[in-house]
Amino acid sequence: MAGITIDRIEKRFGAVAALRELSLEVADGEFIALLGPSGCGKTTLLRIIAGLEQQTAGRIRIGGRDVSALPPRERGLAMVFQNYAVFPHMTVYENVAFGLRMKGASDADVKTQVERASGLLHIEPYLERYPAKLSGGQRQRVAVARALAVQPAVLLMDEPLSNLDALLRLEMRSELKSVLAASGATTVYVTHDQTEAMGLADRVAVMHEGVIEQIDRPQALYERPATRFVGGFVGSPPMNFIDMPVSGGAARLGAFSSPVAAGDGLVTAGIRAEDIAISDSGGLPFDVVVCEPLGATLLLTGRIEGQLARVAARPDARVRPGDRLSLSPALDRIVWIDPQSGRSLGASPGAAA
Amino acid sequence: MTGAPVSRRLRGLVFWSGIAMLCVWVLAPIYLIALGAFGGRAGVFRWPKSLMPWDTTLAAMQAFLAVDGVWAAALNGALVAGLTMLFSLLLGAPAGYALARYAFAGQSAFRMLVVLTRAFPLAILALPLTVTFIRVGLYDTAVGVALVHTALALPFAALVSSSLFMGIPRELEEAAWVFGCTGFQAFRKIVLPLALPGLAAAAIFAFVISWNEVFAASVLTVRNKTLTAYLLTVLAESPLHFRFAGGFLLILPSVVFMFAVRKYLFAMWGVANR
Amino acid sequence: MSRSRLLPYLLIGPATVFLLALFVAPLVQTIALAFTHDGAASLANFAKMVGDLNFGLSIRNTFLLVLTVIPLQLCLALAMAMMVQKLEKGRDLVLWILIIPLGASDLAAGLVWLSILQDRGYFNTVLNMLGLVDGPVNWLSYETPVSLFVGVVLAELWRATAIVLVILIAGLQLIPKEYAEAAEIFGADAWTRFRRITLPLLKPSIQSALILRTVLAFEVFAVVYALSGRNFPVLVGEAYAWQHGNQNNGVAAAYAILVMAISLAATVVYIKALATRPETQP
Repeated sequence: MAGITIDRIEKRFGAVAALRELSLEVADGEFIALLGPSGCGKTTLLRIIAGLEQQTAGRIRIGGRDVSALPPRERGLAMVFQNYAVFPHMTVYENVAFGLRMKGASDADVKTQVERASGLLHIEPYLERYPAKLSGGQRQRVAVARALAVQPAVLLMDEPLSNLDALLRLEMRSELKSVLAASGATTVYVTHDQTEAMGLADRVAVMHEGVIEQIDRPQALYERPATRFVGGFVGSPPMNFIDMPVSGGAARLGAFSSPVAAGDGLVTAGIRAEDIAISDSGGLPFDVVVCEPLGATLLLTGRIEGQLARVAARPDARVRPGDRLSLSPALDRIVWIDPQSGRSLGASPGAAA
Repeated sequence: MTGAPVSRRLRGLVFWSGIAMLCVWVLAPIYLIALGAFGGRAGVFRWPKSLMPWDTTLAAMQAFLAVDGVWAAALNGALVAGLTMLFSLLLGAPAGYALARYAFAGQSAFRMLVVLTRAFPLAILALPLTVTFIRVGLYDTAVGVALVHTALALPFAALVSSSLFMGIPRELEEAAWVFGCTGFQAFRKIVLPLALPGLAAAAIFAFVISWNEVFAASVLTVRNKTLTAYLLTVLAESPLHFRFAGGFLLILPSVVFMFAVRKYLFAMWGVANR
Repeated sequence: MSRSRLLPYLLIGPATVFLLALFVAPLVQTIALAFTHDGAASLANFAKMVGDLNFGLSIRNTFLLVLTVIPLQLCLALAMAMMVQKLEKGRDLVLWILIIPLGASDLAAGLVWLSILQDRGYFNTVLNMLGLVDGPVNWLSYETPVSLFVGVVLAELWRATAIVLVILIAGLQLIPKEYAEAAEIFGADAWTRFRRITLPLLKPSIQSALILRTVLAFEVFAVVYALSGRNFPVLVGEAYAWQHGNQNNGVAAAYAILVMAISLAATVVYIKALATRPETQP
């Protein structure tokens, strides 16, 4: 039983607020990802949970126990660091055994747990080696094994895959998911890579300037972003945002029109690149500037009445820069956003928390 | 067609003879004073001399070591240098750790104090200390000289150990905390083992600084002189072969110690000077 | 929380107290000693110092020595460093050999060169073998000030170039190779690369090497003493003589103040003359 309650945590560095009254509930055994651009406060939040950094205000509870003032070693958690932090002067075996030894486990227990954890991460062949002789990917495995060896109730991970090359990252990602699911640990995972967050987590919390913009299941996050920031940050390519004038309950641009629950003025239509059909006439006028064949799709970049937009066309579409196309977005998939507040019109203002 | 390889070979030849000349420039004087040290009285007055080590004997060196006071001075010098090494590390390493790991008010003032010592000829400051040392009973003691030598070596030890500790990623320490270590345990199990070789090099350098220092050591002692101070004092009235044996004995430890610390020397100075 | 605030002060505390006691306090004492005579503030010590026969001579000699040795040393160390950087095989061995003198004291260096330059020494032996001299020639007496000076310069070059070399090589190692390679691709020859790329980027290292060396060079006396006794008076040698021979602490302190003032002035000059803007360094 080790859910995490983050209760109105604040962190200031001098006059700068890194976290503003941030609250978050992580259920026991849940895998949650903190996603956001660098400087959004996600790593600070993780380090506050770990006890490596002291919050300015607010409380942290783990498994119902208030740990706000406890040093890291008394919080009963394990952590995987961005640069792995594998101890260079200890063998892989001693690295994996480190947490157990500090708990005073017997040699037999240490042996069992090290064997179990290194088996999960496939590092048995290297147990007697020193980390300097390992590749980055192997060190990463050692760091994860070290964390799992203590059978932690809470596991914190700080951008653990960001130092691996693309192919290895993909491989480790799927492996991590199965290993961590089996461990049953409550996991908080910090990343700036949205595919990582979406692929791994039960729920993703998108952070921006010290607050959580939205927290939801990955698919929901993708389909119904609560704010313009979330729509732009989650998904690749990012969501298109097209401003349209509204009059009489309908947004119109070019030959396109759609009913919208907004008063007269301007509204922003959030449209995913793959939710757009290409036709010869009618709809939104689109001037193609660049065509990028990406294999699965042909990515078109261009302008709708001067506004930047991207369209994922079928790979065999015959389009060239300079063409003018007509776009018909799927109406039921458009996210309408208030251009002033940046919030989606469907979401209630409190949805962020 | 053959011009390029020939000129390249010629350049290689010039380059390597340059390197060889530099090595000879450093090594030849040491070789020659060794000849003088082991040549004894007869060797010093031979004319012209042989550049080959034909008429050297161990007896000459033995005779030097048998002279009253030499052996004691050498031991005393080693004791002072050992104490200096100990003091400067015990005082300097914690300060270096604080400089490397904490941001605190007064940090730049402390750094300034340390760096400032470099702009002063510190050994000369031993002059007024004679009075103080006589009063507190440190005059003419190994500890007293070691304290002054520590003032020479401490700034170096602090700056070097600060750069050593800075080179050890903070994450390693944090990982140790997370996995159950107290602050002190993390230092002992993780930071110290990793910094140890570099700290040893800094300590050895402190030893060499003390072993070589002559002004303060001469001013602050009467009977318990270090070897360097002893040789300076008796220089005027000692025969040449005696001086050469002394000079050789002074240089010997540095050859060995420079070998021991050579790997760290460059890394230490690179960071310590920025 | 409060413990971790206190910790850094506990860590620097002992070192600070120590430096106050053995650096700042004697500094103040030296100043007090130099500026008092018979218990009253006075410039008598300085008057005595300036009035001494050896004073002018020791000033001249010290400056002559520093102004000759330091530039030569810098050039020699730069050449050594550039050559060592080019080495592929045996770099470690060559470096170790070149830094051996770093561990030699100035007294030892003086004695080493005494064994070479004394009248029946190896220098004269070589000259004799080449047929240039017939018998022992004395190079180190007060009657041969020029050769005595050259001898001291040689000993200083031999002993103290190593520290400059170490600082320069450490600095060179911090300069990424890509800069010189980029310059080479754009057509710069070896000399241009050295002058336009390496030298400017090395400036901070050159500055600290010069400060350290100059301060130490003004402090030198044992080399000179070993080679020539008091035939070639230098400032710190005079301080030592006043303290030991004449038992006059006041004049010795006055010399100490003078040396310190010169050292500080030299440091300030270097800092001003070799100022680098931080943003121009990698």
